[in-house]
Parts: sequence; C-alpha cells; structure tokens
Amino acid sequence: MTDGDQNTSVSVAMVGSGGAGVMTSGNMMLEAATKAGLYGLMTRTVGPQIRGGEAAALLRLSGKPVHCVDDTFDILVAVDWKGAERFAGEVPLGADSLIITDPATGDIPEILTDSGARIVEVPIGELAASVEGGRANMVILGLVASLIGLDEEPINKIIAKKLGKKGDAAVKASREAVSAGYDAAGGITSPVTVSPSDDKKDRWLISGNQAAGFGALRGGIRFVAAYPITPATEVLEWMSPNLPKVGGTLVQAEDELASINMAIGASFGGRPSLTATSGPGLSLMMEGIGLAVSSETPVVIVNVMRGGPSTGVPTKSEQTDLNIAVYGLHGDAPHIVTAATSVEDCIFTTQWSVYLAEAMQTAAIVLSDQFMGQASSIIDPPANISFMAQRLVESEPDESYLRYAVTADGVSPMTLPGTPGGQYTADGLEHNPKGLPSTLMEDHRDQMDKRDRKVAEFNYGDHWADVEGDDGCELVILTWGSTTNAVREAIERLNGEGVSCKLVAMRLLSPAVPEQFDQTLMGAKRVLVVEQSHSGQFLKLLRANYNMPGEVKSYRRPGPLIVRPGEIVDTIKNWSVQ
Amino acid sequence: MNEIIQKKFKASDYKSKLKPVWCPGCGDYHVLLSITQALTKLQLKPENTAVISGIGCSSRIPAYTNSYGFHTIHGRGLAVATGVKVARPELTVIAAGGDGDGFSIGGNHFLHACRRNTDMTYIVMDNEVYGMTKGQPSPTTDPSWDSALSPGGTGLSPFHPLVIALASGANFIARTFSGDVKGTAKVIADAIEHPGFSFVQILSPCVTFRPDQKIWKEQVHEAMVSETDDPARAARRLMSDDGFNTGVLYRGSREAYRFSCGDEKGDMEEIQKQFEV
Ligand SMILES: Cc1ncc(C[n+]2csc(CCOP(=O)(O)OP(=O)(O)O)c2C)c(N)n1
Ligand code: SF4
Repeated sequence: MTDGDQNTSVSVAMVGSGGAGVMTSGNMMLEAATKAGLYGLMTRTVGPQIRGGEAAALLRLSGKPVHCVDDTFDILVAVDWKGAERFAGEVPLGADSLIITDPATGDIPEILTDSGARIVEVPIGELAASVEGGRANMVILGLVASLIGLDEEPINKIIAKKLGKKGDAAVKASREAVSAGYDAAGGITSPVTVSPSDDKKDRWLISGNQAAGFGALRGGIRFVAAYPITPATEVLEWMSPNLPKVGGTLVQAEDELASINMAIGASFGGRPSLTATSGPGLSLMMEGIGLAVSSETPVVIVNVMRGGPSTGVPTKSEQTDLNIAVYGLHGDAPHIVTAATSVEDCIFTTQWSVYLAEAMQTAAIVLSDQFMGQASSIIDPPANISFMAQRLVESEPDESYLRYAVTADGVSPMTLPGTPGGQYTADGLEHNPKGLPSTLMEDHRDQMDKRDRKVAEFNYGDHWADVEGDDGCELVILTWGSTTNAVREAIERLNGEGVSCKLVAMRLLSPAVPEQFDQTLMGAKRVLVVEQSHSGQFLKLLRANYNMPGEVKSYRRPGPLIVRPGEIVDTIKNWSVQ
Repeated sequence: MNEIIQKKFKASDYKSKLKPVWCPGCGDYHVLLSITQALTKLQLKPENTAVISGIGCSSRIPAYTNSYGFHTIHGRGLAVATGVKVARPELTVIAAGGDGDGFSIGGNHFLHACRRNTDMTYIVMDNEVYGMTKGQPSPTTDPSWDSALSPGGTGLSPFHPLVIALASGANFIARTFSGDVKGTAKVIADAIEHPGFSFVQILSPCVTFRPDQKIWKEQVHEAMVSETDDPARAARRLMSDDGFNTGVLYRGSREAYRFSCGDEKGDMEEIQKQFEV
C-alpha cells in the first residue's frame, strides 16, 4: 500500500507447501480482479524442487495500472509454513502488515514475525474440512477477497469457469469453501482495501513471455526454433500452438547452436524468424548471431534474463545479460539490442524489434527478464501498432544484381531462394558486393561501413526510450528493463512530495543514439542510474557511449530480489541531504 | 523436390564461375562435378536448389555451384539447412561439409538431423583429416595417424558415420568414392529423390595432408551385396564393413519430418482473444 489515494494498491502473499494449491488461489484471484475492473500483477516464487515444494503467489491489485511490486506486503496468508522461510526475503512485511495463520500448522517463521506485523489466527484447515470436498486454498481465496473488498460474484464466476469441467460437486465445494473464508474474514480489520476503477473497459491478462510471443507474431514472425530454458520457455510454448494459426511453424532444436542457426536458415529462405532463450543459451548462440550480422540475414533473439553467471539463479530475475548482448559478438558486428520496459511493453518492443531486424537485415536481441517474463499482469488492451516485418527484397534481379551492393543507407535488396537469376551464396566470410569471399582491404572496409551505417543511421524515432517528466527537470533517473516500473512508481511518490524528476527508460541499448540522448538529458544536474546488476553493466554502457551531464550516481544491486520503489525514493532523498 | 521442366539444363548450368580454392588434385573437385551431374540428371532449376555448408575446405562448395548457397559457420550447416527446408519445403536442400565439420563440432546436429528425418541430402566429403586447418586428426582418422597436434596418433577408435546414421534414423545411407564421378552422381541423385534425410559419405582424398590416401582408388570396391530396406540387415552388413565398400547401403521408408505451417489467413484478432478475460 502507498499513502495517498492516487496510488492505492494492496499487496497479498499467499503461501503454502507442495500441493496446497496457492498458485490456483492466486490465479483465480487475479482473474476475478480482472473481472471486477481492477488492475494487477502476480508473480510466483517456488522452492528449488522440480515439482511441489513450497510456493507463494504474490499479488498486487489496484484500481490503477500496476507494473511493479510494492515495498511491503499488506497481507500474508499461509495455508501452512513448511519451507516458507526460504522466500521470506521476497515477502517484506511492515508493522502495518497482517499475517493470517492457522494455529494448527505450527509457528510462523521468526524472520516474518520480526517485522512486528499484526498476527491473526484463523482455523483455515478446520474451515476447509467443514465443507465436503473443501480445500484450504479456496478458504484463503475467500478470506483475502473479503479483506481487500472484492465481491464474491466474480470469484464464483471464475470458479465455474475453471472447475466447471470437474463437475457440479467440485464447483459447489469450492464456492462453499470460499464462502467460509468470506465469513471468517468478518471479524478481521483489513489493513487496506481497493476499489475497482470506474471504467469497466475490457482488460487483458497476459504474462511478459506471452506478450513477447504475441508481439513477435504480430510483427510477422513465422518461424521459431526452440530449445527450452528457464525463464524463456513460455515464450516458445506460447508460440508453438499459435504460429500455425497464421501460417508459421516451430521446430524444437537439439540445442541453442541449432536453434539460432535454424532460425537463420529459415530467414534466408524468406520467413521472418525468431528464437528465445536465456543467458546460458545466449552464450551458445553468439557465433550464430555473428553469422546473421555478417551474412545480413534478419533474425530476432528474445533473451529472458535470469541471475548469472553460469547456471546462476535460473528462476530469478537479473539485468546482467546486457554486456553479452551488446558486446558478445566477435569482430566488429553492428546489431540491435532492445529491452522491454514492462510486461505489456514486451508486446511493443518485440514487435518493433522484428521490424528493425527485417528492415536492416541484421540480428536483433530483445532483452526481457524473469520478473516481467513470468509475471501475469492485468493490462489495458494494447494499441495495434503498425510495425510489420518488411524486408527489402529483389524479386526480379537482372545481370547486374549484387546481393551485398554498397548502398547509401547500407541496406541491400535481398533475393530469396527460388528467384531465377538471383542466386548468391550467403557467407560469414567477408565478401565483396557480389557475395564472393574477399580478403581485400576495400571490401572489408566497405562491407563493414555498410553494415555499421544501416544500423547507426537508422531512424529509431522516439522509441529509443520512454521519457516521462518535464524538460526542465534537473534530476533524471536513467534505467532500463523491468526496473523501469519501480523507478516510475518512485518518481510518482517523489512528485507527490514536491520533488520533480524525469524518467528515461532506454529501450534501444545498441546502437547508441547520442543526439537523442543529449537532447533528452539537456540541463540535467543530477543523474541517477538504476539497474539490477552487481557490476553496473548499464552504467558502464552509458559511460562508454554517452556524455553524462551533471553529477552521476549509480544505484544498483544484483538479483534475485527485485528493485522496489522505496529503495529508489530513499536513494534520491539521501542524495538531496548531502 | 522441385518440378522437372522441359528445357535441358547442362552440367555447366549448375556450376558458378568462381574458381575453387582447393589444392590441385583434391577429391572435392570430383564431388563438385558429381553434384552438378546429379542435378543435371534430375533437371532441377538451379534457383530452386539450396546448397548449405559449414566451414572447411569441403564446405567451400556452395559458392562453386549455381544454386542459392549458404556458407555458414563450422559445424552448423545442417542446422541452417533444416531451417531453410522447413521455411521453404518446395526447395531441394543439399547440406555439405567435411568430416570434422559434420562429425566433430557438428556431431550433435548430425545425430538429430538423422533422427528428425527432414527431407534433404547431406553430403560429407570425408578425408579423415582437418584439411583447412592444415592437418589435424578428425573423428574418422586412424588412431595411429601421426600429426603435430597428436604426435603418435590419437589412439582413439574412429567414428563410423554409417553406423551412426543408421542408428540415428537416417532414411537413405550410402558411401561413394569421389574418384568415381559417375557412380557418385547417381547416388547423389538417388539421395535427393529419396524422401527424408539422406546421408552420403564420399571418400574424398586430401592430397596435401593425407598423401597416403592416393591408394584409396585401389582400395574402394562396390559392396558385394545390394541395398536393403531392413535396418537390421544393414546393421549386420556394417559389422563386416572395411570402410571401402561403396554403394547404397540402406533405403528406408520412414516418413519424412512433418511440420505444420497452418493457415496463412488466420488473424491476430482471433489469437488475442485468449488474453481477454
Ligand atoms: C568454431 C570454429 N572452430 C574452429 C574453426 C577452425 N576450423 C576451420 S575448418 C576446420 C576443420 C575442417 O575440417 P573438415 O570439416 O574435415 O573439412 P576439410 O577442411 O577437411 O574439408 C576447423 C577446425 C572454425 N572455423 N570455427
Ligand atoms: S588441404 Fe586437402 S582437403 Fe583441403 S583443398 Fe587441399 S587437398 Fe583438399
């Protein structure tokens, strides 16, 4: 919860051990909230077990769009406490928070009670047992719904939708268990309630990984090669059944070396192509991405970042594949690196990146991360943007056709296999305009120039960054990726306290766009750079490519805990004091 | 398989004007000749064929043909070729490369290409050496072959490409000798026409780093037995294979890799409904 009604939200954690079904409760709550006209965000956290084990559904609901997690949780309710201390760090509580516990399930871990949160005991298990076929996860669903002010009606609708196929008895049992939860909430004072927004527009419920897949499809991707990896798999699993609906297909590859190269082959054949992966897979793909750059074959790589290095923290978020995405290719290999700034922006950024890769005949790496990739978010239906794959194709080549002709904008018309007279050999070897291998200085220079020119001089418009706030702001926060949302909320809070601050969330990380940057940061006296990286990869990228005006400060830390708005507010406040 | 047309293409129509970088006497010249003869036999339109390779002396071959080509990166020719074929099923796809490229760095793709059984032809010019990097042992090199990198030999038993291909599910398996241009051309044409993944191992001597391979032309001999469609019989024959048997070993009837590209006309409006609550 945040003070002031401009940003009132409620944050709820539902925890339980394997089989307790708290994820089901969370999902139902989110859907019911959508139906009730609320916005929301749900992330999940699980223990290291492959299946089962402790789990927590972490929700934040509000009458206004929400994109990040709050500083603390208002309500923590547990079906049981087995293994709960393992993610206690992800569920920060305050003195105003409420913990609901079933005394029959043992003691609350000390790390949670240390917060001074109010504790209320509810016999959750008993209530569930009082209903035939009743389950504790439905009791807590009713309990929480009642506490935050959500009507029973949308919940009943969701129960019918989700459990209808299990039969009337299952629906009845769940409804009664939910009602028992509602009744039990009667005597409890809630720390906070939410009211739905007045406009009952249609809403979408989507995860960042689905959004990336959807954006890719909308941009024209019609071939995907896939090798599973957490936390990117859902991009691929969403695309697999949806691609054939628009004339596309997905191939499961034997490894990431195969997936990137299959995508390059399919694109050479004329189909806009994509693969999705995470850090370890991206590392394996690097040589292939270089081939796409050199052979000027468009390809899109969605990289959903997780904690690194090596296998790292596979199930948690971090912004640390920036270096490899920008600098990982050998040789001078100009390519595109973009980053989505929120769950819903995964649609725009991926779609835009497909357009960029195709227009410039190069590789585009789209960075997302575990947090936004795997978070489910209630969003307004996104605008239908017009970016579509549009490749410069030569369909009637004559004798003079040169595949790698040196052109003013660096983009050369490409023939597709099957076109008579357009035959050429795409090559990772340096080549002359005809595509024949060459070691001549002039050819290397001319081809490097054109590959660089087409990327460096492209008109990226306003999309290079999300810029919010007045031009005259002397205080600027520069950030990227999912951290953008914590910064945005921090700035809203600072604005509420009379501190004005500009947000610059960079969507285009490579190539650099110094002109736009200079213009946007003109007059800045203090610049805070916020990122989720131990070494400050983003700060270093900025320092290497841009003139940073004024006094620069870095706020950074590694995952797995995600950056919360309060940390940024505090950083700014402490900075002012000095 | 692309359509056969009236006008008669000559072998020279399938060759580019580019002069190969190969050493004089390299077996790969003959392989190039066999490929162009096979394409002539099939009368495929040059623009409807894609030749895709990895890196190595042998992998230089795409640019010497008049097809669409992709000279990719070391070991990845099969992966790129798979993408081309799935994206453009109407094209004739030929993947080509060396033994180092295909069995060492690209070994995993070889297994899975056989298993996936995509309709294409894979030609490995096997010279039992890494030619391009100037003479290191490859997976098919004799264990006692001496080299700077492995003095006294690797001591490792060689990889048997035909056994692996059969065990992994390739649908057409053959071995030829590059010096037998006519025989090789016929096998390649058969391989192209056979549905699914066809694998042709061509013994193609490296005159520079394996001058000892000059005697291959005396050692190779047509297999005594005819081809089979029974994998068990093919496996038994491989047990007594001296490595110089040539001809088609196996012609299977496994269904080629199928993929669905669905209905082009489907629209995004329909797809986005799944997000509407
Ligand atoms: C990733 C990578 N590793 C190593 C090399 C160096 N390299 C180029 S060709 C080659 C081996 C070629 O041997 P083979 O595939 O048998 O082909 P040949 O030259 O004998 O025809 C190697 C190791 C490379 N190009 N790329
Ligand atoms: S080094 Fe060997 S394989 Fe390479 S071109 Fe020369 S003879 Fe052929």
